[in-house]
Amino acid sequence: MSHAELASRPAPPSTWHMYRAMVGVGVFCGLLIVSVYQVTLPVIERNKAEALQEAIFHVLPNASTSTTYRLDEPNGFKVLEGESHGEQLVYAGYDANEELVGLAVEARGMGYQDVIGLIYGYSFAEEAIVGIQVLESKETPGLGDKIETDPAFLQNFERLDVSLADNLSELANPIVPVKHGEKTHPWEVDGITGATISSVAIANILDRSAQYWVPRIRNNLRDFQGGE
Amino acid sequence: MATPTKSSTDEFIKGLWKDNPVFVQVLGMCPVLAVSNTAMNALAMGLATAFVLVMSNIVVSSLRSFIPKQVRIATYILIIATFVTVVDYVIQAISLDLYKALGAFISLIVVNCLILGRAEAFASKNTVARSVMDGLGMGVGFAFALFCLGAVREILGNGTLFEAALFHDSFQNWVVMILPSGGFFSLAAWLLLFNWLEQRKAKKDEKATLALSEEAAQ
Repeated sequence: MSHAELASRPAPPSTWHMYRAMVGVGVFCGLLIVSVYQVTLPVIERNKAEALQEAIFHVLPNASTSTTYRLDEPNGFKVLEGESHGEQLVYAGYDANEELVGLAVEARGMGYQDVIGLIYGYSFAEEAIVGIQVLESKETPGLGDKIETDPAFLQNFERLDVSLADNLSELANPIVPVKHGEKTHPWEVDGITGATISSVAIANILDRSAQYWVPRIRNNLRDFQGGE
Repeated sequence: MATPTKSSTDEFIKGLWKDNPVFVQVLGMCPVLAVSNTAMNALAMGLATAFVLVMSNIVVSSLRSFIPKQVRIATYILIIATFVTVVDYVIQAISLDLYKALGAFISLIVVNCLILGRAEAFASKNTVARSVMDGLGMGVGFAFALFCLGAVREILGNGTLFEAALFHDSFQNWVVMILPSGGFFSLAAWLLLFNWLEQRKAKKDEKATLALSEEAAQ
């Protein structure tokens, strides 16, 4: 390159100008994100809490109030005041006479695309899961998402047997997925044709969660009798 | 010969049709194919992208003399990522159901080459007003294209539009249209239609020019 060409090229910007631009834009962007986060956070938390409350009453239709409990092993379940997020939580539902009607329990597990999060209602009287609602799912629209909408599939959870074995530490019969139309026992989950992996995932998530929670709930039933 | 200066309206219209980001420029194919399985998802994704596009165009254009050329791409990405984060929070605040439906694709707006492309090719060289019109045109054009794909896929794949049933119960859904391959099929069909319309227009223009030159020769 000749001296004339070199001389005609514009001078590169100083390091200061580059730092000024990067840091300036970074500060502006950071402030914007923090402001929007602060403004939207209460609304987002309210939306999530409302969605959870709706889901609790959806899976425990006879309940009119709910109380959150945290499992504090080995001392049993304790009422949780205020903050209702975190691990080891169950939601007890009570009817208008403050009688315990059942418990709503959150469960998560891997689906076809991503993690599926759901909540299910457990009835003591029937020793069964009496309803589920999917809270979080990225299953294929039109196929995998039938786990949320397919009436025949959801019928599985109107009374899905989770009674305990004689030793009271495990389910008498594990929840097992079966092919569509082959369900013969109340603890089996009739799958969905075209959404096999997602429907099997739901059965497995429920089985894992029920194996853990149902013995603990049954063995600490007195903790929930206090009600509201 | 000096090129005639384009008005702001021209900047807006070019994104809608002549330089449509999906049907003509074939940009941002990841969300186009992935989120266009229903009309509602497609429209929401299109509008979210349009918002990020307009806002990033405004900021890039306002700061065009402040950002040195050497660090421009890093700075543009920072600006785009900020507005995507804003959209992410706002959608969560508006509707959790919509947020669930759009999934990971909101975050992926950051790497949509349409947005970085407009920041680099247009906003960094033009005034704020023209950049806003360019962003709006391209954004609305992108949302329109996504809606076209989403509507076709939902109608054929699910027999519904915006979840309202369109056909008799006996209609057999074309499940393949909802699957990823359906995205390619419907995109190909729309590209075919656009190219056919473009060719037809070009032929008409050619005929008109020929007729004019013949008239002039007589």
